[in-house]
Formats: sequence, structure tokens, C-alpha cells
Amino acid sequence: MKKVIIGALCGLVAAFAVATTAPAAEIKLGVAAALTGPVAKYGVPIRNGFTLASEEVNAKGGVNGNKLVLVIEDEQAKKEEAINVFKKLIFQDKVFAIFGPTLSNSAFAADPIANQAKVVVFATSNTVNGITDMGPWVFRNSIMEADVLPVTVREAVKKFGIKKVAVLYGNDDAFTKGGYDVFKVVLETQKIPVTNTETFAKGDVDFRAQLTKIKAQNPDAIVCSALAEEAANIILQARNLGITTPFVGGNGFNSAKLFEIAKAAADNTIIGGPWAAESVSARNKAFVAAYTKKYGAEPDQFAAQAYDALYIVAEALKAVKLSGNLEKDRQSLRDALPSVKIEGATGPFTFRKAPAKAGVETGYDAQQDAHIFIAKGGKFVLMK
Amino acid sequence: MIAQQLINALTLGSVYALFALGFTLVFGVLEVINLAHGAVFMAGAYAALLLVTKANLNIWVALPLAMLASGALGLLIDQIVLKPLRGRRAHHLMPMIATIGAATLITNAAQGIFGAETSRFPLGTIPEESFQIGTIRITELQIAIVIISFLLMLLLMVILKKTRLGKAVRAVAENPQTSYLLGINVEGVFRLVSFTAAALGGGAGVLIGLSFNAIFPFMGQPLMPKGIAVIILGGMGDVRGAMVGGLFLGVAEVMSVAYLSSDYRDAVAFGLLFLILLVRPSGLFGRVLERKA
Repeated sequence: MKKVIIGALCGLVAAFAVATTAPAAEIKLGVAAALTGPVAKYGVPIRNGFTLASEEVNAKGGVNGNKLVLVIEDEQAKKEEAINVFKKLIFQDKVFAIFGPTLSNSAFAADPIANQAKVVVFATSNTVNGITDMGPWVFRNSIMEADVLPVTVREAVKKFGIKKVAVLYGNDDAFTKGGYDVFKVVLETQKIPVTNTETFAKGDVDFRAQLTKIKAQNPDAIVCSALAEEAANIILQARNLGITTPFVGGNGFNSAKLFEIAKAAADNTIIGGPWAAESVSARNKAFVAAYTKKYGAEPDQFAAQAYDALYIVAEALKAVKLSGNLEKDRQSLRDALPSVKIEGATGPFTFRKAPAKAGVETGYDAQQDAHIFIAKGGKFVLMK
Repeated sequence: MIAQQLINALTLGSVYALFALGFTLVFGVLEVINLAHGAVFMAGAYAALLLVTKANLNIWVALPLAMLASGALGLLIDQIVLKPLRGRRAHHLMPMIATIGAATLITNAAQGIFGAETSRFPLGTIPEESFQIGTIRITELQIAIVIISFLLMLLLMVILKKTRLGKAVRAVAENPQTSYLLGINVEGVFRLVSFTAAALGGGAGVLIGLSFNAIFPFMGQPLMPKGIAVIILGGMGDVRGAMVGGLFLGVAEVMSVAYLSSDYRDAVAFGLLFLILLVRPSGLFGRVLERKA
């Protein structure tokens, strides 16, 4: 009898000990990405980047013993869907933070919801100005076009001796329009004359009228802000019309899609980007190898930035002592993020507080150097 | 530059015209605004893509086959969606709404089967040659598009005007009941028209897919408002009107880009449409309005 009681007591103590020492929690992180529709070509690599990084973190024991759990939702690159997905992630899934959405266009609609609910929203692919002006809960590790394009234009001018350029951009999308706005300022400050500025609309497939007009002005280069597929068709139709000038592109050009469609016609296109596949840092090599092994395809910048973003948040979470109170933990994560420094696949990374806007507290932009690439033989190579 | 822009306008305009042709034909004979026409157009492009990539057919063999396939799809829509409504003498808005359902079904099926991404014909499907004539550059494809569009349109006009069959179609368009009493197989004419219209739409899909190098499930959507504009402009149900209207819209779009600003392209094109309708409410060749009331 006595033995039984002691045994039972021991059991109880043991059970108690287990219960108190390892309260391994799950940290839920939301991913809102465009997984279907025409923008899926950006959204899918983004999802893959997050999945790969979170599996790596969990395989190494998680963050302070806590497992990271991704809640992945498809926002279809539509504003209204992004809003729905954000609400679901914040109020129903009760995530710690949200990564996404894929397009800046959707970010302007959905980010205010996260900011108001006091949940970190972390963009890995929103590059237009003004994203982090939406509030102190908005972060991004995507380098702004405003930081990339001045370098792109300067290097292109140096390379091809450009005297005057024509500009072509999509005027009904926040991303391509945002890219144009930056190009405009850059061309003005670098004193490069613009022969003519032409526009197109989302869904357009015929660019010949605009290109014919551009050809008549005989520019040295065409500065173009477009998504990859549009860009590829623009380049092909330009070559068909006998335009041989190089293109200078925005962030949207940075996709394997460009070459799938345009092939060698895209040669001599110059772009700037946050990530270089051939970057030789150990961190990047490991990322490329792991990604290629897992998905059977080479990663792109969007996968790389998503991958880095998860490590940035994981780094911040290390400094967070989980209290079990969701609101408090969300706040601690927010407070820990700005001081994170990591060495990612895209290179060394830190945050930079966005310049203050009248009356509104701002979020944090990426502080990183852009790489400049030139298209040669069907791919982008680092420009020397 | 003007000559080059005219070539651009002619190519764009003839595809608009070809697209609108089937659209207007269905309206003229069945009195249905077939909002599934854009979906059939897309299906034609995918059919040709499959024939070229999977069956390794030459594109000029694949084009008529794809037209047959989309024609069959059009026939199917008529039999499943429109015929029961005809039988019930439904209000004329009902078939229109029903075709929205058909369109949604077909586009989503295409998205399920082919994915949302843009597909394209493999390089080398069509000759990539382009000719330099003075300052103009024109590709073989552009020439082919214009010729094929015009041939199909002429063929349709000749059939409608010169054959017994065409006479029957025109009779049904005028008054189905009387035609029936006169011994014309009205249902047969309906089937034939649905088939032909869809085949023409599918053909336009193949040509657009080739020309602009982009085939995707929603490729018909941007064309629907343009198609509607073209047939209103031409006069609802009028074949010549669809041709002239299509070319007009192509020229209006290209020229507003060329001489004003690409920002105003749609505003100019549709503004002109509005002005023309103010002067001629029944469109360029229309005489439909008095029949309606």
C-alpha cells in the first residue's frame, strides 16, 4: 500500500515536472501571398521561401524551443481578398505577425487593418514608396525602388553611354506606377532627357502603337516599369518593330519568366535587384542548394527575400519572452524587430526607420545595397 | 510613323472585327447577347495550343481544327443553356444572364486544367520573319492575321447573301415564327449559327494568342466590352457593321496612342463610340431598334 502511494506520488511529481519545464508553444505566423492567378508566379516562390526557412528553424529546435507554425492563405493579388485574409489571420487564427501581401497594390488596402489591430505586417515583396508610411507596425525587407533605381539608371548610362531615353509604364497598378514615379525623379535628378512617356493598362497585350511612337523618337534606351510578362511581350514586340535599344527595367523584370518568353531578345536589359543567384556568400549558397533540392527549381529574389524575412522574425522572437497573452506578445515582437541584424541570403540586413510623415508614426524599411544585373544569353548576370 | 501605325491599327482592328463577328451573328439570329463568347474565344486559343504542343500539328492545320472545337463548344452552350430557355420563351435577359454562368464555368474549368499562368505557343510555331518596306516593318503573322480575318468575313458575307442557306438564316433572323411556318428548320439554323459564331470567336482567339504571345483563362475578358462596343457601333446584328466597327475601334485606339497620349486610349475610343451613337443611335448599319419595340 505504502509503495503504491509513493509510486503514485512519484508519478504525480514527474507529471508535474514535465508540465512545468517544457511548455513548448506554437508560434503562429501568417503568410498572405498570391498563390493563384497571374501574380502566382511571385506568390508561389514567396510561399516556398517561407516554408523552407520555417522548416529549417524548426529542424534546429525552433525558437527558444517553440515551434514556428505557418498559416498560409491565398490573397489572389486582389485588394478585397487581401483584406479578408488579413482579418482571418489576425482575428481567427490569432497569428503573431503577417507576412505579405504580394503586391504593393494589396498592401495599401490590407496593411492598415494589421496596423490598427496592432499586429506586425512584414512585406517581402512590396517595393513602392509609402508602404511603411502606413504605421509603426509595418515592416519590410524588400528594398524600395527608390533605393534601387538611381543605381540602376546610373550604371546603365555608364554602360551604354545613354543620352536620352523613352519611358513606358503600366499606369493602373500601384507597383508599376510607383516604379515610374521613382524613374521620373531619378531621370530628372540625373539630368537625362526623356523623349516621350507612354503608358499601358493591366491586361494589355498589344504594345505596338506605343512602341512605334517611341521608335520615331529614336531614344538610346527604353526605361520600362512593368511586370515580367508584360515586359517580355514589350521587348519582343519592340524587337519585331526593329527597335534594338537596351531596356532599363524596374523590379518586375527580375523574373525567370522574362527569359522564358523573350529569350535572347531581352539581352542587354539592365535591372537592379536585392538578390543575386550567383552571390558567393555561404549563407546564399546554402539557401540556393536547399531550395533547389526541396522544390526542384531554382529560387528567385522573391523566394530569397521571404526566406530572409522568416529568419529576421525568428531572430526577433529569440528576444521575446512569451507571456501567453497574445496582445502583449505581439507588442514584444514589434519592439524586438527594429534592432534585428542578420546575414541573409540577400546579404547583410538591417532595418531603417522610414522618414517621419506629418502626424503619422512610420514603420521600418530595409537598409541594404542593390545589385545591378545585365541580361546575357537568357539570364541576368551581375554587371561588372 | 503614320504608315506603321496604320499597319498596327489594321492588325488590331481585324482581330476585333473577327471577334465581334460571331458575337453579332448570334445576336442577329438568336437575339441573345452571348456573354460566353469571350470564354469560347479563350477555348479556341487553348485548343490550338494543345494541338500544336501535344499533337505536334502545324499551326495552319491546328487553326481550323481549333475553330471546329470551339464551334462544338458553342453548339454545346446553345443546346444546354440557350435551347431550354427558348423552349420556355424566357424573357430575353435570361439567356444573357445564363451565358454569364456558362462563361464562368468555362473560364474556371480552363484555370483548373491549364492553371492561371500565361501559356504560349512554342517558339517557331509561326514564322518570325518581318519585312522592311521603307520605314514600315510588318511581320508575316500580321499579314496572315489580316488576310485570314478578311477571308473569314468575306466567306460569311457571301454565304449569307448568296446561298439558300444564307437566305434561311436571314429569314430566321427576321422572324423565327414565320420562317417556321414557311418550312425552314429554325432549330437547325440556330444550331448552325451558334456553331459558326463560336468557330469565328475561337479563330480570333488563336490569332490573338499567336499575335500577342499570351494565352490565359481570362484572355477573353478584356475583349468583351470591346466586342460589345463594336457590335453596338456597327448596328446590333449586322455583319458588315461588325467588320467596320472592329476596324474603327482598332484605328481609334492606335491613333489616340499615336497622336494624343496612351493615357487617353480607352477614353478616346469609347468617347468616339459615344459620339457616333448620339448621331446614329442604331449604329452605323443598324435598323434593329424599330424591330425591338
